[in-house]
Formats: sequence, C-alpha cells, structure tokens
Amino acid sequence: MTYIAKPKFHHPGLKKNELGYTHRDYEGKISTLCAGCGHDSITASIIEACYELSIEPHRVAKISGIGCSSKTPDYFLGNSHGFNSVHGRMPSVLTGANLANRDLIYLGVSGDGDSASIGFGQFAHSIRRGVNMTYIVENNGVYGLTKGQFSATADRGSKSKKGVTNTDNAIDLVAIALQLGATFVARSFSGDKSQLVPLIAAAIGHKGASFIDVISPCIAFNNHAGSTKSFDYVREHNDAVNRLDVLVGRDPIAVDYAPGTVQVVEQHDGSKIALRKIDADYDPHDRLGAQTFLAKHAAKGQIVTGLLYVDPDAEDLHSHLNTVETPLNTLEADTLCPGSAVLDKINASLR
Amino acid sequence: MSDKKPISSVNDFVVRFANVNGSGSASANEMFARAILRHGVPVSPRNIFPSNIQGLPTWYEVRVTEDGHLGARGGVDMMVAMNPQTWDKDVAGIEPGGYLFYDSTKPMPSTRFRNDITVIGVPLTAITNSTYTDPRQRQLFKNIIYLGALSALLDMDPKLIEQLIGEQYKGKEKLLSSNVHALHLGRDWALQNLKCPLGLRIKKSDKVGDRIFIEGNSAAALGAVYGGATVCAWYPITPSSSVAEAFTAHCKKYRHDPETGKAKYAIVQGEDELASIGIVIGASWNGARAFTATSGPGISLMTEFIGLSYFAEIPAVIMNIQRAGPSTGMPTRTQQCDIIACAYASHGDTKHVLLFPEDPAEAFEFAAAAFDLAERLQTTIFLMLDLDIGMNHRLCRPLKWDDAKQYDRGKVMTAEMLEEGRDFGRYLDVDGDGIPYRTYPGTHPTKGSYFTRGTSRDRYARYSEEGSVYADNMQRLVRKFETAQDLVPRPLQANAERPTKYGVIYFGSTSPAMDEAIGLLEARGHQLDRLRIRAFPFHSSVASFLAEHDFVYVVEQNRDSQLRQLIVNENGIDPVRLVPIVHYDGTPITARYIAKAIGDHQDHLKVTPLRKAVS
Repeated sequence: MTYIAKPKFHHPGLKKNELGYTHRDYEGKISTLCAGCGHDSITASIIEACYELSIEPHRVAKISGIGCSSKTPDYFLGNSHGFNSVHGRMPSVLTGANLANRDLIYLGVSGDGDSASIGFGQFAHSIRRGVNMTYIVENNGVYGLTKGQFSATADRGSKSKKGVTNTDNAIDLVAIALQLGATFVARSFSGDKSQLVPLIAAAIGHKGASFIDVISPCIAFNNHAGSTKSFDYVREHNDAVNRLDVLVGRDPIAVDYAPGTVQVVEQHDGSKIALRKIDADYDPHDRLGAQTFLAKHAAKGQIVTGLLYVDPDAEDLHSHLNTVETPLNTLEADTLCPGSAVLDKINASLR
Repeated sequence: MSDKKPISSVNDFVVRFANVNGSGSASANEMFARAILRHGVPVSPRNIFPSNIQGLPTWYEVRVTEDGHLGARGGVDMMVAMNPQTWDKDVAGIEPGGYLFYDSTKPMPSTRFRNDITVIGVPLTAITNSTYTDPRQRQLFKNIIYLGALSALLDMDPKLIEQLIGEQYKGKEKLLSSNVHALHLGRDWALQNLKCPLGLRIKKSDKVGDRIFIEGNSAAALGAVYGGATVCAWYPITPSSSVAEAFTAHCKKYRHDPETGKAKYAIVQGEDELASIGIVIGASWNGARAFTATSGPGISLMTEFIGLSYFAEIPAVIMNIQRAGPSTGMPTRTQQCDIIACAYASHGDTKHVLLFPEDPAEAFEFAAAAFDLAERLQTTIFLMLDLDIGMNHRLCRPLKWDDAKQYDRGKVMTAEMLEEGRDFGRYLDVDGDGIPYRTYPGTHPTKGSYFTRGTSRDRYARYSEEGSVYADNMQRLVRKFETAQDLVPRPLQANAERPTKYGVIYFGSTSPAMDEAIGLLEARGHQLDRLRIRAFPFHSSVASFLAEHDFVYVVEQNRDSQLRQLIVNENGIDPVRLVPIVHYDGTPITARYIAKAIGDHQDHLKVTPLRKAVS
C-alpha cells in the first residue's frame, strides 16, 4: 500500500554497516504485491546485499520496465532515484542513464514478460553491449498483472492455473545471456536468500553486464501442480552448482573451508568472491562448458542455479566507447562547445 | 538542327545530370556546383536518388541563379544524359530550346533526339578508353572529362576548377595531377571540336558573398555539438543517417580530451528506434543532453516513449528528417508530412514542441537551441528537417556562435538547494509557469529522490489515481505548453508593399521557393503578406496575422495540409479562411507551382464588374 506511510522508527540496537546505515535505510515503500509473492523476497535480498556492501543508497539508480516485477523498485532503496519506464524498455533507458553518469550503480529490474517477450531485443542488445549494470529478471513464467497468461519462459508442457498446457518452447534467459557475452551470469531462486543475497552483491561488484535470472513463483497464478515455476517444483528440481560469499574490504577470507573446495575471484571493485563448489566439475570461468552443462541439465528437467559464469576482467560499454572518466552529465559549455573561432574555420572550409 | 531558338541565358539556368548510382559521378557533379560558386554565382543543387546502392538511375540538378533563388525551379535547360536507362525520359524533359549533352562514342539514331533542342555529342568513352586502361579509372575519370567539356561549353574559368581539385586532393599529388589532366582532356576536346561557349554561360559575379555551402544534416549535427549534446543514439534510416554520421565526424574532431584522448561524448547505434529513444530518455533523465535522429517510420516506433517524455517530463531532442510517407512511402523523396504525427505523438492527450528550420543555418541554430528548450521545458523537442534541407548542399549565411553563451540547464534542484530546505515536489509548479524542478539521480543522500513513472502521480511524485490529482497535473502540462510559446523561435513576418487582405503562411524548406514565388505573384499583380512559422506551439502573432487577413494561404509539402489543420485546431479558426496550397509528389516545391496555385485562386477572387464583363 504505497499510500500508507511506512514508519521510520526502528530498534535502537539495530546493526549498522560501515556507513552507519541500518538495513531500514535501504528499504522503500510498503509492497503492494500479493502476500507471499516471490518478488518480495528478491526485494529483501536486494536490500540485504546493498546493506552488506555499504552502498550509499542514493548512488544507485534503479530502473525497471512494466509489470509486477517492475513495480518492486519502489519497495527498496527509498533514497535512490527510480524509473518505472516503458514495457520491455528498461535496458535502453538504463543504457542511456549509464552513459550519462558512469559513477552510479545501475540496477535493472525486469520480469519474464518484460525481458523474454516484449523486451527480448532490448535484453539481448544491452547484454551484448556490455553495459555496466546488474540486470535482475524476476522470473515467474506468467503474466501476473493481467491475471495468468503464459510468458515466454513458461516451460513447454507446463500447465496454467486454468489447466491449459503450454505448447510453445521456453526461452532460457541465462542460456541466451551466456551466448550474448554477459560477463557475469547467475541463476537463483527467490526462496533461497542465502544463495541470492551474495549473488546480487557479487553482481553489483562486477564491472560489466551482470545478469541474474531469479525464479520467483507467482503465488496467485503460477504456484499449482503442473507448473514448473512453483515453490515445490523449483525446490525439488534446484541443482545448485556452487554457493558463494562476497568479501568486502577488510574482511579476511574465511578459513573454515576444506582445502580445494573454495575458489577466490577478485572483482574489479576490490571485493572478493569466495566460491564454494558443490559440483566439483563445474568451472564458472568456462563459458562454453557452462552452456553445455545448462543444456544437459535442462534436458533432465533440472534448474541449474548458482554463479554460472564470471569474467572478472570484463570491459564495459564505457571502455568500448573510450569515454572520459568525468560523468558526461557534469560537462558544460566550456568543455563541450568548440567555440566561435573553430566555427569561423568551419565556415571558411565550406566556401 | 534545332528548329527552336536555343535558350540564351547568363547565370540563370538549370543543368541536370542523369547518372547511374554507384558510378562515382556524385563528386564530379558536386565539383561542378562548387566551381560555379567560385565564380561568385549562387547555385542550388539537389540530389534526386533512388533507395538503392548501385545500378539504378540517379540525378543531380544544379540551378544556377544569379538572383539567389535557392528553391527548385522546375524544368531543365541542359541535360547531361549519362544514363541510357533513362534516356527517353531525360530527353523529353528538356525545355524547348534547351541543350542535350551526351556521350557520342556510339552513334545514336536521329529518332532518339528532338529537333527543338541543341544536341552536343562528346565521345567520352572513346576519349577515356584511349587514355586509361584500368576499368575503375575509366569510370571515375569519365566524370571529370565531362566536367572539363562542360567548363568549355559554359565558359567557366578552368583555373577555379583546378583550384577545387587542388583543395580536394591536397597532399595526394598523383591524384591531383591526374584529375587536372582529365579535366583538360575534356575541355580541350570541346574547345577543338565544338562551338564554345553555348547560349548558357557562367559569368563571374559577386553574389555569393560570405555564404557557406553545407548540407542541413551536417549543420544540425554541428548544432548538436555546439549545443552540448553528449549522448546520441540512433538507428540508420534514410534520410536521417547522415545526421548521426556527421555528429560522429564532428565529435572526433572537436570532442576529444587533448590530454587523455578520451571522448566527451557517447554514440550508440541502437538495435532499433525504440532503443534509440530509450537511450535518449535514460540519458536525459540522468542529466545529459541527448538526441536521436530519425525519419517517419522511426517516429511511429518512438511514440510510446514520446508520451512518457511528455507525461513524466523528461527532456529529449528528436531530429526528424522527413521523407514521403505513409508507411515506407518514398524513402528518398522529400515531404513535410509528419507535422500532425509529431505535434500530437503518442496515446492520450499530448502536445509537443516542433521547430521548423528553413535552411542549414537555422538547422544549426535550432539544433543547439533544442537542447536548451528540452531542458527548460523538460519534454521532447522535435527538430523538423526534411530530405530537401537535410541531404542537399544549400547556400546559407555563415554559422554563428556567441562564446558568452552558457547552456540553459533548466530547473534543476541541487544538493545545496535541498540542504537549504527548499520544498522539492517533482511535479510542483512553484513559479506558475507549469515547469517543476527536477533532481538528477545521486544528488543527495536523503533528500530529492523520487520515483519516475508513466503512471499518474501527485505533485510530490506519489502514485495516485485520484481524478482531481490527475486533472491538476494535466492542467499544469497545458500551462507549461503555454510557457513554451514564448520560448520557441517566433514567426517572421514580411509585409507586401501595399496593404493587402491576403496573407500566406509557410515553413521549413518551402522558404526559398516561397520567397521567389512572391516576386512572380507581384508581377501578376498579387500582393501578399508573408508569415514564416518557425515553431509549434504557435506564438500569438499567428492568431493576429490570421485576424488581419481575409484569406490566408497555407503552403506546405504534404497531401492533407497538416500545418493548416494544426492552425485551425489550435486557434479555433474558421477553416474556410485558410486556403491549402499543397505539393506532395516527393519533389521539392517550386516557386512556379506556388505562384500558379495562389495566382489562380486570387484570379478567381477578383470580382470583375458586370458592365466591364459584358462590354
């Protein structure tokens, strides 16, 4: 209920992060989604990840498209600028915002209708351009706001609440993101915060296009028997390849891991990801291997989750465009305008 | 041979080159136009080309005009017929008494000519083949050879052409000397074998002055550089692609940090027009000056975002280089056909600011001004060019810039203002002009953030579907549009020598043809006051002009008289008093066309006294 003001007071003993903020400082308005919606768990995970990373909330720009998922940026980081844009067009708006000011953190929130159907093209092109962003799809396989139509990520053979069987093939956004060159690719489940929070934190620390597909059951329209995006189905078929911890700044690397089971990935922002392997053979630096692994497991009906691919030395769109370090939105006439003397020369060359 | 007296004219005629596209003729033809300019004689060239890369017919028309009439004239005095595919039509299009220049290497049957024109055969292929062996060289130098022959026939000073070749191939000695050689091959052949000069002649004059010769698209792109655009997102579409390409070229020259070599701009070729406008909206929301360039089909695709820009109040600059629609229409032909589509783009009640430059000089000025207007008004500003201005070189006054000018970044609340305790309501009209303050993302840790959305919200950007809240916001947007009236370029009025009840309204690329038509109409005894509209919303002087005249002609280049519709709609004017004069076959409107259409209407209005009629 966005019109109900959320009380600001909190327990005086609430834990504070490095900046002196409590997790309450990362909250937004009260959610208007259905009680038990998977999306609210993702909202909570974003709040948790930003708190843990001690991010200045106002240095985040949160941008979304249209749909249930795209409403969520109103429910976290209340001191950040948010932009609930046009259906399927979050990626282009985010790309433009990123070009204007490279110093902010860009969080793109979208859904499966928003990214796999109407915005499939924009999803693809923002990934292949390497826009420095964290792109989260809150994937429930269904159109919630319009009451239960299949989306393009609904599996073939899965049933709608009304009992209709989906005959179209599903789009796996993770597989597409890998193919298009995303430099950080993960999948998670809204019901598994311990996996999701560090994935979001690691994605924010990554410089380049980070993509996280979060299976997020729709409590109202896609949580029944026959659905492959229900809480029960995802729990039963979840195949996590790794778990991770994100280590920021001074934190020492935890030492209680068994030798050979942890891989440390140093990120561009100085943070470290400690990857605990669950599947011993899974290598998150092997793009082709990840694609094959995903395809094989999908054929068996398994949902592969975890950090699936990361390239810690990735480049982003700004490096491709060779733009100045100063945000473009701060440049004024003194540096942008060539002036009248140059114009006189241009005029002379046109006679 | 000719049974009609050959046309005799100094510095006032039309030469048309009929070529095959992809044959390299464009640079030789452009050199012909520039060479005449160097004689101090104004020219107005136009490309007439197909939507194709190689093999189809293309024409280049040069109007030589001592009097400086830069609109298309209509008719051809001399045809340089280099394309067998279009021969018959080209020959048929020559004015009686005109001239046909052709490659006479292969004999043509006399039935393929006309007996009321002068035929000039030059064995271009024979000359070329005896001099060059390389096929590409043969093709390219053939163009320079005909340029040389024409220079003799039209009495041009070869030194001026040599000078141009020298400038073009500066530092490339081999190319320079071989081009000069080819020029003289053609020139010498003509001098030795033909009667030179013809009745059509170029005589040195001083009518060009300090004017420059530039394409509208390039000028608009330069305006974007001077206007401080840092983000450009675009999708290729004729005839707008050269805007983004010129912006890229200008930025490479003028926008790199001298120390680091880094770019003070970002250009993205989007995957489509939706992405292009999305990038512009995102960048502008975040405080950068951003623009896209497109044409009709792109505008159709962008309309959802244009509505967002209007309602969520995000600056954007869209350069629309209009071409003939609807649908794919005629992609390489000119029209002014997107007036309504842009003025009311998007679903729901919307209105947008349109700017109508008349030539490249105004395209430069208005492009730069568009960014100030977009940030001041926090909405989309359309720069309405068309193919005629955009893709043709046009003689215009030199571009000017005032170094004291600062950009108007509009109402932006800073961290300091928020610290002072200023009340920030994103959609709060604090000054009564309908324009609220905005904040850039990342401004202040606890103050000034808001949620941007295309849904209805209150003055403090809080979601609301209350009818009164919605209506309050829509009313403020109307106030803002009224504010825009006094910020956009005003109409320019020029009155007839004698007081008259008749007026004419026109805009954009119609300008030079209209100016010339006024002279033709005066010669027919018709006096007309003129009003050139330069922007929408219309300034109050438009309503005054309408009130002061019984009949006002509205001259435009589309079928449905779109500007007239807009005037009627916005001013509540009786449509009968606005007479549409429309031209929409895809060619640029001409003075002859306007003068005839208005003149005929005026003749009908003249009441002939009965006694005189029967006597």
